[in-house]
Amino acid sequence: MNKSSILNLKLFNISLICAFFLIAGGFTNSAFGQEKAPEGSEKKFEPKEIILEHIGDSHSWPVVGEVMLPLPVILYTDKGLEVFSSAKLMPADSAVYHGAHYNYKLEKETVKVVDASGVVDEAATKKVMDFSITRNVASMFMAITILLIVFLSVSSAYKKRVGKAPKGLQSFMEPLILFVRDDIALPNIGVKYLRFMPLLLTIFFFILLNNLLGMVPFFPGGYNLTGNIAVTAVLSVIIFFVVNLNGNKHYWKHIFVPNPWWLFFIMIPVEIVGIFTKPIALMIRLFANITAGHILILSLISLIFIFKTIWVSPVSIVFVVFMDAIELLVAFLQAYIFTLLGALFIGMAIEEHHTEHTEVL
Amino acid sequence: MDLVTPHIGLVFWTTLCFAILLFILGKYAWKPILAAVAEREQSIETALLRAEAVREEMARLTNENEALLKSARAERDAILSEATKVKNQIIADAKEAAQKEGSRQIELARIEINNQKAIAMADVKNQVASLSLEIAEKVLRKQFEDQKKQDELVKDLLRDVKLS
Repeated sequence: MNKSSILNLKLFNISLICAFFLIAGGFTNSAFGQEKAPEGSEKKFEPKEIILEHIGDSHSWPVVGEVMLPLPVILYTDKGLEVFSSAKLMPADSAVYHGAHYNYKLEKETVKVVDASGVVDEAATKKVMDFSITRNVASMFMAITILLIVFLSVSSAYKKRVGKAPKGLQSFMEPLILFVRDDIALPNIGVKYLRFMPLLLTIFFFILLNNLLGMVPFFPGGYNLTGNIAVTAVLSVIIFFVVNLNGNKHYWKHIFVPNPWWLFFIMIPVEIVGIFTKPIALMIRLFANITAGHILILSLISLIFIFKTIWVSPVSIVFVVFMDAIELLVAFLQAYIFTLLGALFIGMAIEEHHTEHTEVL
Repeated sequence: MDLVTPHIGLVFWTTLCFAILLFILGKYAWKPILAAVAEREQSIETALLRAEAVREEMARLTNENEALLKSARAERDAILSEATKVKNQIIADAKEAAQKEGSRQIELARIEINNQKAIAMADVKNQVASLSLEIAEKVLRKQFEDQKKQDELVKDLLRDVKLS
């Protein structure tokens, strides 16, 4: 009886998730449709453009269909700072904003400097640095706000309920926090794990939340922050600095004093390259996994529009639901792997070697 | 390719956001949470250890009690058997003493009886002797009432003497 009730619950959950993704998928479909409908009735459907647009960054935040939330454009030019709304650059490719220092135009989601006649001035564009609050930056602000609200409230719950069993959100987060501590930090870093716990926990939850929000197919989710090379690069650089600034003498000895000394002319360059490849691998792994997931799901949905028939949708939806389930796993897995490898590298850098050469990597 | 070129803006904002997030969460969330969790784990562990110690103590006490009970029982049994032995000994001793006393008394009585008998016998003999003497006196008096008989006797006696 007990088993069947569990099974029922499982079925219920699965059907709920399926229903959710069906609706979500439908939403994305209609969003696509609306986006393309006005101008695209005779225009050819370009899945590549659509997909790249969705996994890339943009200067406005699509809400529903053609409705866009304008975001602030912040430009650091050689003549000074420029701040204005991205609504002034809409519609892209045609609207020209006359700023204080230059004239600007949006071309392929990049702000370009144009001269008076509307021709792109590449030399001037190179001097302009774009610090705009783009869709990814805005979503990151949102994710960070969520993280702060969630974990500060969890933290206050710990203060209020000293020595008591966790409750509510606290009991939902505690296993994850303990997972990071007991299965990521402790086994890989060892006794000095506590120093690195804030970094590992922040990275884990930052990646996890952004992965999950990226899977939500409608506003304000559906962005591709953890699948953006800039974000994964920053996270990897942080890991790089933490690893190398904490590296003890064994770590550096391992790099600069190869065990059979005559191997130094091979081993030292290899080890030095290794210092950089580790974080680069972290960066590419997260970027590629998340981006690939987004591309796959969007491609499957695009099938409907490529074939221009509603009858493809069941096939698409089945595959998309399947991919979504896999992406849900990947969301957790990549957050886990990034944090795990970060912890592993830190652990290797601060490990106290008792023998001369124990590491083989 | 555009996809793999990090944009300076996003790099900047990510660095800033992550630094702020790390700072705030590190200070106001992770530290208290980890401390609270560690403290709770510690308290649970100590509680478990204490419970274990109490359990051991209880077991030890129970064992001790049992041992005490056992030894008390053994002691009681020993005392009881000792008492029985002593009782039997006393009874045996008393019996023996009584027997000895009895036989001594009997012996004494016998001696007394014998004594008394001897005295009585001696008395009887005396009385018989005196009686016989009296009788003999009386007889002799009767015989020697007349003179003639006395002379006759004397003559007899004298005759006897001449002969010897």
